[in-house]
Amino acid sequence: MIEVKDVHFTYPTGVKALREICLAVQDGEFVAIMGQNGAGKTTLVKHFNGLLKPTEGEVFIDGVNTRNLSIANLSRKVGFVFQNADYQLFCETVEEEIAFALRNFGFDEKTIKKRVTWALNLLDLMQYRKTSPFMLSGGERKRVALASILAWDPEVIILDEPTIGQDYHQKERLRQFIVQLNTQGKTVIMVTHDIEFVADCSPRVILMSQGKIVAEGVAEEILTNVNLLAQASILPPQITQIFLNLKDLGLPSKVINVHEGKKILLNFLGAPA
Amino acid sequence: MAIIETKNLTYTYPGGTTPSISDISLTIKKGEFITLTGPSGCGKTTLCRCFNGLIPHFYSGKLEGDLVVKDLRVIDHSISNLARHVGLVFQNPENQLFALSVEKDVAFGLENVGMPREEIRKRVDWALQMTGIENLRERAPHELSGGQQQRVAIASVLAMQPDVMVLDEPTSFLDPLGAEKIFDVINELNKKLDITVILVEHRLDLASKYTDHVIVMDKGKVLFDGGPREIFASEEVRMTGVGIPKAVMLYQALKDEGIHLKEVPITSKEATQLIREIIIHDRS
Ligand SMILES: Nc1ncnc2c1ncn2[C@@H]1O[C@H](COP(=O)(O)OP(=O)(O)OP(=O)(O)O)[C@@H](O)[C@H]1O
Ligand SMILES: Nc1ncnc2c1ncn2[C@@H]1O[C@H](COP(=O)(O)OP(=O)(O)O)[C@@H](O)[C@H]1O
Ligand SMILES: [Mg+2]
Ligand SMILES: [Mg+2]
Repeated sequence: MIEVKDVHFTYPTGVKALREICLAVQDGEFVAIMGQNGAGKTTLVKHFNGLLKPTEGEVFIDGVNTRNLSIANLSRKVGFVFQNADYQLFCETVEEEIAFALRNFGFDEKTIKKRVTWALNLLDLMQYRKTSPFMLSGGERKRVALASILAWDPEVIILDEPTIGQDYHQKERLRQFIVQLNTQGKTVIMVTHDIEFVADCSPRVILMSQGKIVAEGVAEEILTNVNLLAQASILPPQITQIFLNLKDLGLPSKVINVHEGKKILLNFLGAPA
Repeated sequence: MAIIETKNLTYTYPGGTTPSISDISLTIKKGEFITLTGPSGCGKTTLCRCFNGLIPHFYSGKLEGDLVVKDLRVIDHSISNLARHVGLVFQNPENQLFALSVEKDVAFGLENVGMPREEIRKRVDWALQMTGIENLRERAPHELSGGQQQRVAIASVLAMQPDVMVLDEPTSFLDPLGAEKIFDVINELNKKLDITVILVEHRLDLASKYTDHVIVMDKGKVLFDGGPREIFASEEVRMTGVGIPKAVMLYQALKDEGIHLKEVPITSKEATQLIREIIIHDRS
């Protein structure tokens, strides 16, 4: 469990990036953090693996204050995929990149091999196993970064903008995989601007603006609340926009995905006037 | 008038075994707004790097075929010479930023072409305003958030007002309202100054309302080149996993149930109108 207690954070340059943040994320939850550029999303999630320590307030991971934990200690538990994947790539080949952390954590060679193969397959990277990560496209590099974290099976997975550079098939694979992680009791926290991906995933949503949490709740509530979204510089998903526009005809307006939208329209059209 | 023309353009990165783009023949007319899309790794960025001469002048490797931009054969002209005509917003904004302040980064290209001071100041102010980062002008680019950095990268290309603007997934780090505002600015430059725009984008719901035509790539080749509505009719295109708007998916889902909207909607506005018609028709 992650607990954030009245956290403030100011960068050495004097920029106040977080103010009065209070938040609890239970084990096995799936949370999306959204909000305008510079709102403090990346700064906040960097507190979850100890990369940053609060200027004021406390962050507890499974009851332990992050001030008393080193990043090395935390990273086995909390895996972090950066917004800019290039930061975390440095090995000669994709395969070595994925094996690197596993070796560091002391897994035996047989397990390492198995895990690496599993992760390469999972993220559609098998053909690049011997390629240098720096010779890959942006989307592919992002998937290498993801693979190298997922390989060591952390309990909490933090994804900063996981859908960057990904096409629809890749996003769908990612979504299914996150669902699977969730059912295994893993906590997944993603930061994203990809409103359609959030609508497809339907997680708990947290909106941030100017260093503060301005709203949180289930996706169906938050993503259909135009005023709240506007505060966080977000536009509703396309399906929601359509249903909001049709409200005057007596259609429900809290709709975020295609499947549900179709069901409602079929019902509506099928019903006697 | 063609502003970009490629003939059988094929390129293999140094040490690569297969070409990353192969046999690309395209004509892009002056003033067009093009969306370039296709699955991850299909060669979009590689093609963009050809347009501004990064390939072959920075990336060596093997380039075959022909590429002419604004009547200049790209292989015969240096990157800095081409930069007057083609501006590229990199997929990863951080790789583009190097100055000590946002302001200096945005002014850099203008200083390089020897623009008068006063004009530089005006252009920089304008570009910062258009991208919503006036308040960050004194900040160091590496101490900004991802989206703020992307805005700086876009501002530095906007400021140049080049003949061709190539934007490689320019909104991936932007918040949705910010993305829409920046698309509006680019659209205005395209319409008012006749700047040719080549936009690489997965989210076609965001891009298609501005686009004249969409080029879909797959495995290094051009798979489809046509209007934004036509591409969704193509089964082949759908199979590649391009980002089909949810409005199109709803259209398809309804069609599978025997409900036919009059045409394929791309925007939520269009979908609203088409669904409204059906409901009202159903009631009467
Ligand atoms: N290394 C740094 N040094 C100083 N200030 C920083 C640094 N990184 C970020 N900031 C500032 O802190 C604030 C919050 O930044 P943060 O990266 O958390 O935003 P974000 O919500 O992740 O934004 P985006 O959606 O653009 O990624 C911004 O004002 C940003 O300019
Ligand atoms: N610098 C590079 N060196 C070698 N190969 C590269 C380089 N950049 C990209 N590639 C390869 O070229 C192909 C196309 O990549 P890219 O043009 O970046 O794709 P896209 O932008 O469509 O995602 C990919 O297979 C990628 O691995
Ligand atoms: Mg961020
Ligand atoms: Mg790319």
